[in-house]
Amino acid sequence: MTASVIEATSFPDLAQRYRVTGVPKTVVDDRVEIMGALPESEFVAQILQAGP
Amino acid sequence: MYPPGAANDLQQRLAALSSPVRLIFFTQTFGCDTCLPARQAADRIAALSGMISVEEHNLVLDRERVAEYGVEWAPALAVVGERDAGMRYYGIPDGYEIESLVDAIEIAGGGGPSLGDDSLDALDALERDVHLRVFVTPT
Repeated sequence: MTASVIEATSFPDLAQRYRVTGVPKTVVDDRVEIMGALPESEFVAQILQAGP
Repeated sequence: MYPPGAANDLQQRLAALSSPVRLIFFTQTFGCDTCLPARQAADRIAALSGMISVEEHNLVLDRERVAEYGVEWAPALAVVGERDAGMRYYGIPDGYEIESLVDAIEIAGGGGPSLGDDSLDALDALERDVHLRVFVTPT
């Protein structure tokens, strides 16, 4: 697993491409979107939702 | 800049690094207004610990390094310890968002925050590579 933090104000085009309307927003494999800061167990569950 | 009073706290956290961490910075010469302030922010963080070094590459010219670290845009920081765990920071690490970078440095340096056992077991079962893009703003 790899992770990139993207500071959205430096990359307005990326923020638009990934439809960032609030932060934090996490995009898993460019497919699953996780809005906000979730409890760890819920965050992991969302990651797993992207596929086995 | 750092939030008020943060430099001492950051210095204490970074003093606990048990192994060297490289901040591998990617810049580009044209069309990158944020590259210089991002490099300056990396230098300020590196100045807080003798275990942290900064090296710079050009996103356009150093294609070999770009491919090696899988960097997509500039400014970028690859946070690399004894091994490269795939942690990248794009943009200017500033304000309270400096926390994200310091967490990554602590992890690369042999410590830092970790997940619970249940989470680690669940993620260990993944059979494919997963990439997270986490969008933040400098609050």
